Amino acid sequence: MLADFGYGILVITFLVSIYAIFASVFGQVKKSQKWIESSRLAMQLTFPLTTLASLVMIYLLVSNDYNVSFVYQVSSRAMPTYLKVTALWGGQAGSLLFWSWLLSLFMTAVTLRKWDRDREFLPWVVLVASITLAFFIGLNVFYENPFTRFWQTFSGVTPATFRPAGAIPFTPADGSGLNPLLRHPGMIIHPPMLYLGFVGFVIPYAFAIAALVTGRTDDRWTHITRRWTLWAWLFLSLGLVLGGRWAYDVLGWGGYWGWDPVEIAAFMPWLTGTAFLHSVMIQEKRGMLKHWNMILVILTYSLVIFGTFLTRSGVLSSVHSFAQSAIGPAFFIFIGLTFFASAALLIWRWPELKAEAQMTSVLSREALFLLNNLLFIAILVVCFWGVIFPLISELVTGAKVTVGPPFYERATGPLFAALVLLMGVAPLSAWGHSTLKTLGKAIVRPLVAAVIVMAAILVYFVLNPHLINGYFPYAVIGLFVTIMTAFVTLYEFWRAAEARSRAQKENIFVSLWRLAGRNRRRYGGYTIHLGVILMAVGIIGIEMFQTETQGTIAKNQSIQLAGYTMTFKELQEFDLLDARGAPMQNVTRATVDVHQNGQYLTTLYPRRDYYYDSEQPMTIPGVRSTMQDDFYILLVDWQPMSNIGATFKVYHNPMVNWLWFGSAIFILGTFIAAWPEKDPEKAPARARKSSLAYQPGD
Amino acid sequence: MSQNPRIKFILGGVMMLAAVVYLIVSSTQVSAQYFMTVNELKEKRSEALGRELRVSGAIVGESIQYDPQTLTLKFTVAHVPGDNAQIEREGGLGVVLHEAVTDPTRARIDVVYVGVRPDLMRNEAQAIMTGKLGEDGVFYADELLLKCPTKYEEAVPEQAEG
Repeated sequence: MLADFGYGILVITFLVSIYAIFASVFGQVKKSQKWIESSRLAMQLTFPLTTLASLVMIYLLVSNDYNVSFVYQVSSRAMPTYLKVTALWGGQAGSLLFWSWLLSLFMTAVTLRKWDRDREFLPWVVLVASITLAFFIGLNVFYENPFTRFWQTFSGVTPATFRPAGAIPFTPADGSGLNPLLRHPGMIIHPPMLYLGFVGFVIPYAFAIAALVTGRTDDRWTHITRRWTLWAWLFLSLGLVLGGRWAYDVLGWGGYWGWDPVEIAAFMPWLTGTAFLHSVMIQEKRGMLKHWNMILVILTYSLVIFGTFLTRSGVLSSVHSFAQSAIGPAFFIFIGLTFFASAALLIWRWPELKAEAQMTSVLSREALFLLNNLLFIAILVVCFWGVIFPLISELVTGAKVTVGPPFYERATGPLFAALVLLMGVAPLSAWGHSTLKTLGKAIVRPLVAAVIVMAAILVYFVLNPHLINGYFPYAVIGLFVTIMTAFVTLYEFWRAAEARSRAQKENIFVSLWRLAGRNRRRYGGYTIHLGVILMAVGIIGIEMFQTETQGTIAKNQSIQLAGYTMTFKELQEFDLLDARGAPMQNVTRATVDVHQNGQYLTTLYPRRDYYYDSEQPMTIPGVRSTMQDDFYILLVDWQPMSNIGATFKVYHNPMVNWLWFGSAIFILGTFIAAWPEKDPEKAPARARKSSLAYQPGD
Repeated sequence: MSQNPRIKFILGGVMMLAAVVYLIVSSTQVSAQYFMTVNELKEKRSEALGRELRVSGAIVGESIQYDPQTLTLKFTVAHVPGDNAQIEREGGLGVVLHEAVTDPTRARIDVVYVGVRPDLMRNEAQAIMTGKLGEDGVFYADELLLKCPTKYEEAVPEQAEG
């Protein structure tokens, strides 16, 4: 039986990773290169093994083998093949297997590199990777076997790995189908991206631990892992953005981020990872913040595991959570052990990680980077507090108390604003020493431009006073900070490009292109900053100026919101068939005309699909989307008998497209920064010199 | 000169710490919601009045009234335990919800919610409501989340039960 074969593969993978752990330790103790090499090969063997196990699972899904309980849970005959494949990460057991698969992929890739200069790191990197992998595969082997089958016994049907005595296999005729909410393109890519981000951060952690153990505490580990970290960060960011887009398109509440514990769980490692990406530059340039970088990497790793734990253990109730599971304690123990072991290592090496320079000026680049880091950590603390507050309050006072989105919005809002401001100011400051005077000089032009734009915005609001609401003062502060940072960032691009274009007698765009090519990290970073600025505008727009209304109307009646008029024209009901011609989902679709100032704009079709296999509905909004705003209509209820009345919920989301557009710029910037650079030794010396000469602010 | 920047750094750090602590403490106070069961709402009424509450209960099917013109939804919920472990001990969410609705001696409370009627609004669904208790003993919900122990969440196929 194929399912048993799959389970056998998992057991072998588990044993191989355990072997890798012992071989690397033994090789280190015996100073035996052979054993170390053997542990590396064992580590690499886990990739074909997990690949095989995953392929077996995918084959079971595609071939409708509902004898396997996981296949029964997440798949059905009506589903198209690509959804059957992606159902691999549609449930707990499968997504854990998928996690292990990606982890072994990453770790194999990183152990394939040349180790000549870093031989002493190798066994420890293999060790950390193997421990992590053994843990996740172990969860599959001992608690959440994706290859569990159904067995018919005298008392009924039970899922079990091994055949209970006297039982015969039981195969349901059809599966219960993937949750329709998960049948969205965003949801198909969102989990793999998030997982790639998660497992990617295991690499810097593994090297950090190797550096701590071997005492090779120079910048070598950050140099090796820099690009890996950027890619991990890229995937994590992409995962978060896709999750937001999915929520906006599918969940039908006109929002993109709900401060759900599971969203926060994915956001927390992103916060520490982002802080790390910044502070690691200080270590490379100035030899400072070495302890801090270690702390950040250890925290990120723990938060990655914690994030997986929150999503998978059902300890917190959330829209994302799978059913309650036995893996909670296992996770808890693993996080505790790795965290304390890492902390102990760090304390042991503490004296060797002393800074090579001292911070002298509060306005220096390094001090502002430190401030940036502290702000990220402050946001992390807010998030962490919000997530664990119900547990703490129950322990301390006995009363279950929870905090909702208002808590996070109120507490993180000022911190995010400060981060955006800092994003503008920090690139203007100099390494080592800056004063208010030099900073002021650099900032004066962007500041003037920002004041002019802000004045124009204020005039717009004065002319449209109905837009002013309770959030207005905060919106003004937020917009001003954002606009000023936008100008500073653009000015930075322009200053450098202009200087180069004058010196090299090039077109300014050519200069900009070449500059960005020469110093990918810096200009990739600035591009990311521009993306964040655009996102901030979108967030201010939707968070502070969103309006909504709802109503039940008959045909040809209208609802008005924010200058738009929507008119209900028609309601249709029909079945959509799957590939075999059987009904898959029942669609109720409204036809709605949208007018603005008496002018016809478009026709939208908000609809509600009911999936027969999973017995669940899905709401698909009708959206008219422009850079200025989204007009977002949900069909929420209707009277089936008379077929004349329908209830709509209507949202007006100003500027929300800036959020998605900014996300795209953000991702583009990360690509620029993470793309492999030409070998610096091969670049012509002259070019390197000139690019150094025209780097303002360096 | 050598002492000066250090003091500035310490001062800056302390200020920042104070700001973050202030943000967390004040935001927690503003947005804290107290979990209460229906029993607790009945027993500790004075404590519950005026507070932001989060209440969970089992929906009694025949009590559901919905006026689509005013989008007013009225229904009654019966007490269910607030503790997940206890729910598990009593046989899982599905069993607990069913018993809560069929047992006439359970504490019950009327709920009013203005908004669109959610899809899962049906007998023996679990309602998780955020809102305030009115002086009239009715719970006025601002937010309504529903959970159903659906087929999807069950590992064992239905046709083979029993």
